[in-house]
Amino acid sequence: MDLYHKDVVSITDFSKDDIEGILDMAEKMIPYARGEKIKRSLDGKILGNLFFEPSTRTKLSFESAAYRLGCDVIDVSEMSMTSMAKGETLADTIKIVDSYCDATVLRHPYEGAARLAAKFSDHPVINAGDGAGSHPTQTLLDLFTMRQSKGSLDNLNIVLVGDLKYGRTVHSLAHALNKFNMKITLVAPEGLMMPDEIISHLEANGCRPVITEYLDDAVANADVLYVTRIQRERFPDPSEYQKVAGTYRIDKALLEKAKSDMIVMHPLPRVNEIAPEVDDTPNAKYFQQAANGVPVRMALLNGLLGGEF
Amino acid sequence: MNENPIKEVRLTPIRNGTVIDHIACGQALNVIKILGINETNIGSSISIGIHVSSKALGWKDIIKIEDREIDEKKSEQIALVAPDATISIVRDFYVAKKYKVDLGEHIVGLTRCTNLNCITNKGEPVLPEFSVESKYPVQLRCCYCGKLVNNISDNLL
Repeated sequence: MDLYHKDVVSITDFSKDDIEGILDMAEKMIPYARGEKIKRSLDGKILGNLFFEPSTRTKLSFESAAYRLGCDVIDVSEMSMTSMAKGETLADTIKIVDSYCDATVLRHPYEGAARLAAKFSDHPVINAGDGAGSHPTQTLLDLFTMRQSKGSLDNLNIVLVGDLKYGRTVHSLAHALNKFNMKITLVAPEGLMMPDEIISHLEANGCRPVITEYLDDAVANADVLYVTRIQRERFPDPSEYQKVAGTYRIDKALLEKAKSDMIVMHPLPRVNEIAPEVDDTPNAKYFQQAANGVPVRMALLNGLLGGEF
Repeated sequence: MNENPIKEVRLTPIRNGTVIDHIACGQALNVIKILGINETNIGSSISIGIHVSSKALGWKDIIKIEDREIDEKKSEQIALVAPDATISIVRDFYVAKKYKVDLGEHIVGLTRCTNLNCITNKGEPVLPEFSVESKYPVQLRCCYCGKLVNNISDNLL
């Protein structure tokens, strides 16, 4: 797939080969992402970073990816600092930002915001998370990390645990896992299971996910344990959050029940779902996963903006 | 014995107009809403049969609109709530044209996305758009947020 001038709105817009191609490019980017080599393939380009919801990793790794390739960045981090606070539509905001830069990265609290932005923008739009919708670049770096650790993405046995209802990272990831014929187990407390429409989509594509509330049983044969935070900010009723907060905790005792080479991933931030004692085990891959945001996003930006590499 | 038995009332044939038959039971009033017909913009009779016995459907609704031939473009909208409906254009008691409604593959602006957090429900200058996932039963997927839409008849625009 030629990425040039494409939008990155949903992982479902990409085929298995497209994804593998991006991950191959990300592999080549690693020494440049670490600053060990320098190439300014996007010199003279400008990236617009619009983050209307809080972000640390996604926003900073996009900025780092852009700067590593010689691309400048203009950014907005709060809706209150834009004309949207005065009632301007997202469509108008996007048209203006689009006229100032060569690509726009958008994080927004409403689902479908990136698709709308792509409609009103002449340049590429990259979805950096739209409400509880999707987060395709997180999915790419998740897959990159799995491939780094396991050598291949095909036929892995993966357990997704935590807030599967509101967690956009797992929504995007589930769609992608299906492309690689993975065995999927979904573990969530009552009320936070993966939405039916995503499960139906998996089933329609030949996947039969195992659905359970019991993590101990699920990890026994897992190659990958993907943990998500139960997100307080997605609960309309705080008492509902309190009922399920802390349901699952990954610690060394749990790792004893798993295969020794099972990797533990988390899109971060974590609260208390992974005990700090896990950080120093060879199973913990979540900090490496966060670091992989830079080479993966470098690969995307370079492709979308037509950098020579 | 009652000397004045109540006669069974049936919907009588119309001379000219439109008959919309095989409407899913309970959807007749939504079809009227889709057609945009009300007491201020029509000067002829409308007969509505609700929960009428049907060989094909078991029970159905039926609408007869006198002296008005509805636009064929409306059939796509009607299919949203009544995918089995047939439309007959009647001229001088004869059926001049009869066709089945058809939903098409892509729907624009006829119904809202039921996801309240969808960007199309936030005052942006776009019409809701859906791809048709299934015609029986009707299932639409929002082209913006990707959610499946339910309760279509409660969310018609």
